[in-house]
Amino acid sequence: MNRPASFAVNGLLLAAAAISVAPLLWMLSASLMPAGQSNVFPPPWVPAAPTLANYRELFARLGVGRYLANSLVVATAGTGLSLLFNVSAGYAFAKLAFAGRERIFQWLLAALVIPAQVAMLPLFLLLRALGLVNSYGGVIVPALASVFGIFLVRQYARSIPDEILEAARLEGAGEARVFVGIVLPLLKPILVTLAIFTFLNIWNDFMWPLIVLTDSRLQTLPVALSLLSREHVQDNELMMAGSVVTVLPPLLLFLGLQRYYIQGLLLGSVKG
Amino acid sequence: MTIPARLLSTALALTLCACSRPHNDLTFWAMGRESEVVAELLPEFERTHPGVHVSVHQLPWTGAHAKLLTAVVGAATPDLAQLGNTWIPELAELHALEPLGPRVQHSVSVQPSDYFDGIWDTNVIDGVLYGVPWYVDTRLLFYRTDLLKQAGFDAPPENWKQWRQTMAAIKQRAGPGHFSILLPLNEFEPLTALALQQREPLLRDGGGRGNFDSPGFRKALGLYVEMFDRSWAPLVSEAQISNVWDEFGRGYFAYYISGPWNIGEFKRRLPPERSHDWMTAPLPGPDGPSASIAGGSSLVIFAKSPRKEQAWQLIEYLSRPDVQERFRTLTGDLPPRRSVWNLPALAADPYARAFRQQLERVRPAPKVPEWEHIEDEVKLVGELAATGQMTVEHAARELDRRVDAILEKRRWILARRGARG
Amino acid sequence: MRPNLAGWCFAGPALVVIAVFFMLPVAAAFVLSLTDFDIYAIADPANLRVVWLHNYVQLLRTALFWKALGNTLYFVVVGVPLSIVVSLATAVLLDSELARFKGAFRTALFAPVVTTVVAVAVVWRNLFHARYGWINYALGAVGIAPVDWLGNPHWSMPAIILFAVWKNFGINMIIFVAALQAIPRELYEAARIEGASATQQFRLVTLPLLGPTLLMVGIVTMAGYFQLFAEPYVMTQGGPLQSTVSALYLMYEQGFKWWSLGVASAVAFALFALMLASTALLLRATRARLAAWGG
Repeated sequence: MNRPASFAVNGLLLAAAAISVAPLLWMLSASLMPAGQSNVFPPPWVPAAPTLANYRELFARLGVGRYLANSLVVATAGTGLSLLFNVSAGYAFAKLAFAGRERIFQWLLAALVIPAQVAMLPLFLLLRALGLVNSYGGVIVPALASVFGIFLVRQYARSIPDEILEAARLEGAGEARVFVGIVLPLLKPILVTLAIFTFLNIWNDFMWPLIVLTDSRLQTLPVALSLLSREHVQDNELMMAGSVVTVLPPLLLFLGLQRYYIQGLLLGSVKG
Repeated sequence: MTIPARLLSTALALTLCACSRPHNDLTFWAMGRESEVVAELLPEFERTHPGVHVSVHQLPWTGAHAKLLTAVVGAATPDLAQLGNTWIPELAELHALEPLGPRVQHSVSVQPSDYFDGIWDTNVIDGVLYGVPWYVDTRLLFYRTDLLKQAGFDAPPENWKQWRQTMAAIKQRAGPGHFSILLPLNEFEPLTALALQQREPLLRDGGGRGNFDSPGFRKALGLYVEMFDRSWAPLVSEAQISNVWDEFGRGYFAYYISGPWNIGEFKRRLPPERSHDWMTAPLPGPDGPSASIAGGSSLVIFAKSPRKEQAWQLIEYLSRPDVQERFRTLTGDLPPRRSVWNLPALAADPYARAFRQQLERVRPAPKVPEWEHIEDEVKLVGELAATGQMTVEHAARELDRRVDAILEKRRWILARRGARG
Repeated sequence: MRPNLAGWCFAGPALVVIAVFFMLPVAAAFVLSLTDFDIYAIADPANLRVVWLHNYVQLLRTALFWKALGNTLYFVVVGVPLSIVVSLATAVLLDSELARFKGAFRTALFAPVVTTVVAVAVVWRNLFHARYGWINYALGAVGIAPVDWLGNPHWSMPAIILFAVWKNFGINMIIFVAALQAIPRELYEAARIEGASATQQFRLVTLPLLGPTLLMVGIVTMAGYFQLFAEPYVMTQGGPLQSTVSALYLMYEQGFKWWSLGVASAVAFALFALMLASTALLLRATRARLAAWGG
């Protein structure tokens, strides 16, 4: 057993892990400090007298509860709906023959190169024409389908043996029945992965909701936090509490389901 | 899932957009501290105007301008809003605001002659009235009386020469690490105020070209840059001052060019031992007391509002002298109506006296839609000059160059309108 | 149902969404970039002028555009290699047989990835505070003078790079771990028998076999880093002295602060062109190396 090497490896890992997690711990610690306590030199490790006052102020006076609800609604509805769109399309690209299928898929992959921000301004004008500006729909509708989601499902669906599907069709099952009865259960792992991915992406999305949600009551948490933070530069502990509230749901989701999330990452990266 | 089910869920998604706004509330967008406070004034309004419920939305100042424009373009405007008066020309150009002239004429509560002339004028674009002033804002000196006295001066400076003398003396006493004046580099107001004190206007040719390469502005920029060059002011922006009230109390700086809201904030946030060590004074001008920014916010009604009558009732209510006085005690914002200034509380406030004097001498900024953009460039070029990256002459020329580029479209439009006669 | 029709029914809705809410706006953005669409045009469409390539030419003459491109390239050129090095290093450590508690370490190292950029940017803005922040406190403990991270134009971009690397290295780390695990252990055995040291094994066995993964990670990370926006928006508002104005930040300001949609769209397409060119360059530069590695 190579003692020094083992110490070195684990020591480095410990240091790296500490650097990764330290800012998050500071965020939590400062959020529990009374106003002004964190902005001193030297900075304190932990609050002298932990208090929930910042959280109370966030929810009672700054209405963070509403922003939290907005984020939950948008992320949940968006995830649910986009699953429908992406899974059907991913299955179709994998297993259903239709004219131009491969060519269209290549175009979709090419589209991955275009940064989404290019489309944002005209998209805003388009949504205005559709009356979707400043509504949950404005955030959800453009996110209903994504090339990455379709790609992920397609990769996974290709592993479904054609014979199973053929057998079902020969027995007279319609395409819808095949999809619901056979394909979906087989796709369950990737469904969970895609759901987590989509939820995290929608929850964490910042630039688009900033643009399309003009009404402050509809804002999602990241947007509200960014505006509050520019306004309340002075109130550090309050902003830390806001960060904790914003970060906690995705972090908990990840901690609970990290196996699926990481598996999905790997699947998405093995495209070569 | 079958196709009908998928259609159903899409329909559900689309109805989400319709269900997200309650219908009968009067939506009122307000910014900053005013948005927090106005909620306290509303219960009485709603009591005396049954059937009208007001929903206040708070916008932080730093994102408010972008949000307002986005709302106008996205056809998602509120019923009424608090609007910085320099934004009125822009929104008027976009046909977003409802002209208020006829309503004011028939109003008992809103009496134009009671308002400070310069302030009322900021709401009139091409002869049409678009807003009613809600509160006024200007910039002048807040200063530590004890630090000034220790440096050998009993009274605040009245002209630039005296101002320079006091700043030099304070800095000498304070030494490194402390300063005479705080001028956050992200604020354009101090430099703009100094510029407005000059004889030359900031724009020329009907607001089609910049006039920054002029002797007056160069003088103003020169003083501004000098304050940094001589280390009278630290080279910092607002984000780096973690808490300006603490720092003022600790003597990090002696002068601070700021606005009326800080009267209340200083009273509230300064430590008790410092509570008598500060005062306000009008802004010193090149040769004596001079102009400052004619700032403030107005109340406007949006053209697309389906509830203009109720919105006007709210504006009338908020313009009543007694309501304005209550608003003032809650926010520290100064009223635009002389009758409110004559009420005992304000007349006796020593800190407000300097503002009364200054308000009679305020000058509006040029009323062009691009003014917000031009302010940004003033701030940026000011920062470049203050940090020594550009000489004053070069900066003035550069500012003119940038402003001329910003105003190019306006020149084209003015030329077209002129050609059409 | 015939296969063709079924395929269209299942893929159709998603394709419609992508076509209408992405492709169409992208095409429209290109058209917009050829006009001087601005606030006057929003007020009255008659105020719109077609200016063809004037926006692009004007951008090339605008100092701020070059500064934004420069800032973005600085971020990419320094941030991407740094991020990859950190990811690879941690992946190698995680993959090592000597490592214990791999699951816990992996979770901790990956945690920053799932956090919301805005929320942690607020935290890091505080960590970078010149007088009260932890980073300067730690530097002070080892005798280094405090750095004005977010106030000094020379340090603001390094600060943002540090933050971005911290936030993102986890993703690439996971990908590298998977790729490392795919390398057959026999190759290391063979190299060890021939007397190769650990570093030599890394250089001669690991790196060549990681070649394709490195390239893919490099391209994807580069594309992501070109889209720098949230960090400057929250932490520095593009300052100080516009040292953190990125291309997308410029686009946002032109588009949503000033409503000069023509100019903003031109900025977006210029950035896109730069991304394409960089990707092509990267591919070209590594093709020879990849061939040598037999990748």
